[in-house]
Amino acid sequence: MPKRTDIKKILIIGSGPIIISQACEFDYSGTQACKALREEGYKVILINSNPATIMTDPETADRTYIEPITPEAVEKIIEKERPDALLPTLGGQTGLNTAMKVVENGVLDKYGVIMIGANYNAIKKAEDRDYFKKSMLKIGLDLPKSALVKSLKQAREKLKTIGLPVIIRPSFTLGGTGGGIAQSIEEFEQIIALGLRNSMVHEVLIEQSIVGWKEYELEVMRDKKDNVVIVCSIENFDPMGIHTGDSITVAPAQTLTDKEYQKMRDASLAIIREIGVETGGSNIQFALNPEDGRMVVIEMNPRVSRSSALASKATGFPIAKIAAKLAVGYTLDEIKNDITKLTPASFEPAIDYCVVKIPRFTFEKFPEATDILGISMKSVGEIMAIGRTFKEALQKGLRGLEIGHTGLDNKLDYSKISDDKIKHRLKEPNASRIFYIKYAFQKGYSVKEIFELTKIDPWFLSQIKEIIDLENDLIKLSKKNSKKFPLNKEMLLKAKQYGFSDRQLAEYTGSDEVSIRALRKRNGIEATFKLVDTCAAEFEAYTPYYYSTYESEDETRVSKKKKIMILGGGPNRIGQGIEFDYCCCHAAFALKELGYETIMVNSNPETVSTDYDTSDKLYFEPLTFEDVMNIVDKEKPDGVIVQFGGQTPLNLAKQLEDAGVPIIGTSVKSIDIAENRDKFSKLVKKLNIHQPMNGSANTVEEARIIAKQIGYPVLIRPSYVLGGRAMKIVYEENTLNEFVEEAKIVSMEQPILIDKFLEDAVEVDVDAISDGKVTIIGGIMEHIEEAGVHSGDSACVLPPHTLEDKIIEDIKQCTYSLSRELKVKGLVNIQFAIKNDIVYVLEVNPRASRTVPFVSKATGRPLAKIAAKVMVGKTLKELGITKEIEVKHVSVKESVLPFSRFSGVDIILGPEMKSTGEVMGIDSTFGIAFYKSQIAAGQILPKSGTVFISVRNYDKRDIVFIAKKLSDMKFDIIATRGTAKVLIANNIEAKIVSKISDGSSDILDKIKKGEIKLVINVPSGSKGQYDMMPIRSFAVMQGIPCITTIQGAQAAVTGMEASLKSDFKVKPIQDYLKKIA
Amino acid sequence: MKSILILEDGKKFLGESFGASGETSGEVVFNTSHTGYQEILTDPSYKGQIVTMTYPHIGNYGVNLEDIESRKPFIEGFIVKEYSKIYSNWRAKKSLGDYLKENKIVGIEGIDTRALVKHIREKGSMKGFISTVDFNEKSLLKKVKSADSIVGKDLVKEVTNHKIYKFQTQNKSGKNVVVMDFGVKTNILRSLSSVGLNSIVVPANTSFEKIIGLKPSGIMLSNGPGDPEAVTYAIETVKKLISTHIPIFGICLGHQILGLAMGGKTYKLKFGHHGSNQPIKNLKTERVQIAAENHNFAVNLKTLKNAVPTHKNLNDGTLEGIRYQRVPVFSVQFHPEASPGPHDSRYLFIEFLDMVLKFHNSTIAKSKSMLRNGNPMPTLKLRQAGAKRSRFLSGREGGKKYAKKN
Repeated sequence: MPKRTDIKKILIIGSGPIIISQACEFDYSGTQACKALREEGYKVILINSNPATIMTDPETADRTYIEPITPEAVEKIIEKERPDALLPTLGGQTGLNTAMKVVENGVLDKYGVIMIGANYNAIKKAEDRDYFKKSMLKIGLDLPKSALVKSLKQAREKLKTIGLPVIIRPSFTLGGTGGGIAQSIEEFEQIIALGLRNSMVHEVLIEQSIVGWKEYELEVMRDKKDNVVIVCSIENFDPMGIHTGDSITVAPAQTLTDKEYQKMRDASLAIIREIGVETGGSNIQFALNPEDGRMVVIEMNPRVSRSSALASKATGFPIAKIAAKLAVGYTLDEIKNDITKLTPASFEPAIDYCVVKIPRFTFEKFPEATDILGISMKSVGEIMAIGRTFKEALQKGLRGLEIGHTGLDNKLDYSKISDDKIKHRLKEPNASRIFYIKYAFQKGYSVKEIFELTKIDPWFLSQIKEIIDLENDLIKLSKKNSKKFPLNKEMLLKAKQYGFSDRQLAEYTGSDEVSIRALRKRNGIEATFKLVDTCAAEFEAYTPYYYSTYESEDETRVSKKKKIMILGGGPNRIGQGIEFDYCCCHAAFALKELGYETIMVNSNPETVSTDYDTSDKLYFEPLTFEDVMNIVDKEKPDGVIVQFGGQTPLNLAKQLEDAGVPIIGTSVKSIDIAENRDKFSKLVKKLNIHQPMNGSANTVEEARIIAKQIGYPVLIRPSYVLGGRAMKIVYEENTLNEFVEEAKIVSMEQPILIDKFLEDAVEVDVDAISDGKVTIIGGIMEHIEEAGVHSGDSACVLPPHTLEDKIIEDIKQCTYSLSRELKVKGLVNIQFAIKNDIVYVLEVNPRASRTVPFVSKATGRPLAKIAAKVMVGKTLKELGITKEIEVKHVSVKESVLPFSRFSGVDIILGPEMKSTGEVMGIDSTFGIAFYKSQIAAGQILPKSGTVFISVRNYDKRDIVFIAKKLSDMKFDIIATRGTAKVLIANNIEAKIVSKISDGSSDILDKIKKGEIKLVINVPSGSKGQYDMMPIRSFAVMQGIPCITTIQGAQAAVTGMEASLKSDFKVKPIQDYLKKIA
Repeated sequence: MKSILILEDGKKFLGESFGASGETSGEVVFNTSHTGYQEILTDPSYKGQIVTMTYPHIGNYGVNLEDIESRKPFIEGFIVKEYSKIYSNWRAKKSLGDYLKENKIVGIEGIDTRALVKHIREKGSMKGFISTVDFNEKSLLKKVKSADSIVGKDLVKEVTNHKIYKFQTQNKSGKNVVVMDFGVKTNILRSLSSVGLNSIVVPANTSFEKIIGLKPSGIMLSNGPGDPEAVTYAIETVKKLISTHIPIFGICLGHQILGLAMGGKTYKLKFGHHGSNQPIKNLKTERVQIAAENHNFAVNLKTLKNAVPTHKNLNDGTLEGIRYQRVPVFSVQFHPEASPGPHDSRYLFIEFLDMVLKFHNSTIAKSKSMLRNGNPMPTLKLRQAGAKRSRFLSGREGGKKYAKKN
């Protein structure tokens, strides 16, 4: 069936900022969809508030609206653009929920827009728990016992028939927010209450607990002729009870016979038909009782998902791209398989390797939160590893996670861990359980015992045991053998096939990574690369998508072209995410334009960079020295780019260069000068640039002396880390110790940096490009929050809205001279602080920064692309980049924080970055741009109601002005005693409310009842923070906007004022950029 | 124990033995199914062949008592990347390795199966030889070259059950179908049974007269191993059966034998289709069904008259199904009975049932009219014979042995 000709313009809703459970996989799917639809001649209208995406590049869609993803904004876009159709299934849960709202609001009917892919009823049937359950029963499928309730009373009633333990899931939420497993009545009541609040429709599902059952997922695709295929089966290593996003998962399913698999396949076909997803992909989850094989349906996502991105990368079958084509009327047999070219997409991929996905957690960022896993997702990223066997893939994945493991190694001495602790860590799912399984085996636990504690399938446990058994053999053997030849060829090969890294082998043999590598090569043991080809080699594959293993045949096809290798950023984490992947993709696009062959190396399955379409060659590999060198040995690239993938590739730069790898762009030496405190201070002095007083220390004692010299408060941080890991402002000597210790651990043998902390300074970020001679500033961003809040967590505005011309000129000059002196070739990011009209340089990062995509969107100048071209030798002049861009519109970047995921965690911003993503607001004025950014970030600034204010003494003067404006806007104000007093004294009406520390829960009650619409709480320095913490956490959990800085409050009030004057308008990025050009 | 695989063209792979020790030879083919090794091992169609599994972990769920497709494995040898020493599944009764040893099947693991598959894809399927005793290249090469080829060889006679047996349905009014056993997979019988048809399974060399004597309402030509041209006796029998206008349904080898009986020609594919993910287009409904396939030979449509193609393989355009004109005869190259594989093509058994019922009803109508005209009612030998049904042939067959009356 040919494509539909009755539709011409299609609206796609993106997924917005990166949050836990909704990450760059939706940029991957959305970008694929935009490309696929435009290829077919459709006009694509896009809304997405996330500037760090490839999909919001002005070239990706025809009309790109970087606007808050709300039903109101979508309506405005529809009114303006008049699309024929809305494709709701590519923007994650956000896209789906927003699409549902616009249907319910009658907007689609009003403008005659049809839904393609999945219609309203199908989505409703899949998403509405009760409706879904009825549908499943209708087609004869089994489900856990369950009931849907709308109140606590009803919940208690239903519990009588279901019985504890139960799983509680709120309807219409994402990643299981607010859900949980209740073992006791107390837990039950608590989770129900929270769940009801979190649910968009005030409804939760109580479900019989099937914790410990085996969990599976099938990725299903359907076309409008009702052809259905299963793209991939996924088996969860961790059994039911842990969110799949937090589980280690394996593809394909490992422990199902064909009979059981086909039963699941039949069920999936029946489900997608019954739910009525007309075209596209769906994800269906099943649980299986390991004792008797009883199979129950858990849930279905009628859209592309994190799992579908994983399945696409795991099989080579591009689900989102094909889903888009199916949505416009093609059928699976009309679409060619990109990889084999000759065979159609109407088949089921066969894979001849094993894929393991491992989640990446960042509990270290939230020390108050426990690393216990449950049905609400907590991980911020993931790694996918491919090997010929599970053992190989698992170890590759673990070493690529970048959490300090070299494989399935020992971070702790197992003999020192008590049995109680082992049992506890095995029984209660947690972020490091995989390693505790190892410790348990080492302590002599049997597969059966570990199975009893974890319910992880004995097959997986036995595989892990095989790894440990071989490790024991390797240690024994190398003790017996000479230092020079610790392992024979046979054992060495076996170890590599089991996925052991050179570093692990070095440890067993008392050698080092480089020597093991040499030993390996002398024995002819080198990585072989195999293709991911969708068909287990049945047909020839044309797409060079590789993974490494140790086999007899290597399949790389090395060309004679000039080639550049780009090292990606690995798994997403706080501080290093989609922004860097964006830059890597741009490098690939730019160098392709110049005729280079581009080689991408990355291990993150969510990304656009690991789409086999992005670069000429894709190596899906961990980013370690060993794995990168294996590829370098084969491909012998003319240049390797380490600047774009964040800290991950930068950390490898020195070692790679020492091994003779041609690193292009800013030299490793310059990178070192920028990172090395002493060298950098010398440079700054030489250039007559101001820098806060500083020093570096190796011991606590040294730190104490330096801090004293500089004077408190000081900012301490480890070197060579991103995202402000372990960075702290220290106000007094007695808290110094603890923080220095922590920084030391993170710093790994590098000195700790100590800076004078500039209080109340304005922080400024600059992104610039230099070709070694000329430097052009890409954008200057003024932070909303004061210096001291990590730049990744701070909102910022471009162009600066409060800085004088002279200051801006100073900033520019500093940027030019620093870039020149560091011989920057490519991107550079510099952070400045301005205090008393003096410009201080805080740090220089000669690499891509988190703000590069934002600046590129705000100015229309693709910084990363230009930088990539500069790195291969083009001058800025040759590229036509001679002037800095002056923009007339205002762009605001706001960060999005994951606090609602970690109950009990304080939401105060500090020098350690905590945000997971960002949004952008654009408008002609600062007020509206800021307002848009807040809405987009989920901070729904109110238009009326009551505001609660409590600020530290220091800010009492500034709050008067803010409160006055709120009062003028007819808001009611309640405040704590001290704050209220100041307000009343300034003729602002304010009611007094008692502090919690005074023993009153008045304010919490008011928040609970929804009486408070906005919280402004600026706590004082180090101690006072804890006083108001319950209020802040509570507000965040309730979804009430909570502002914790005075500058943030000022900006918010400006935004609220602007929004009250006139409702915001929407405008595509292409129109903004037209004005610049 | 060390083990070696050598191919006809001299390419060799070293590995470890995990099944029976000794030597074996056969045509090396590969199967791309992720699951279903137990069904594959017991599919008689693999007689004469050594099967390479493309999925690297094999043996994970062990071997159970239910998922078997014939009375024993007929496969010549089994090649995998990594054999799973432990197994995990609630139905599992023993390990794959033990099962292979019991059945004296040679298994080799630790092979770069992907390299092997690519080799076969490029050079075409060829003979292979596995040994755990002889590692002398020269001697091995001699052995592999002198091993039998499947071309021109009647492998059916080695797998067909020489006794007649019955596989009953629950349905009391179920009609009887004669299944010509060229190496039938039990799931064909289960599938017939599931639509309410009784199977009377007869050896491949059963004569036309004997078959007609069983008064079938339909005839199933089963799957089976090897070269269809070599099964001359069956081709002759099928020719006669076609002329009776009894509905005939052919699967896989049955489809090829039917093609030959209709006067067509078959040819050998480069490396065949073996897997559970083949895209088969139903040319009438225009829909695609994912099907299991296992064949090295195919029917050349151009050599057939009165044949309407009904199914096509979308990967390479191979003919996958035929409906013949003027006779109630149809056949498919793929496996609607699956096992292993998807169940998308089950509808073919219902189509067959419809033909059988139509035939049966018209026969009854005919006999009624004959009765009215004073002709005697034809005796239904089947019913009489049914009284002498004996015990199960084997518990695993799930079917009942049918002792022939004469």
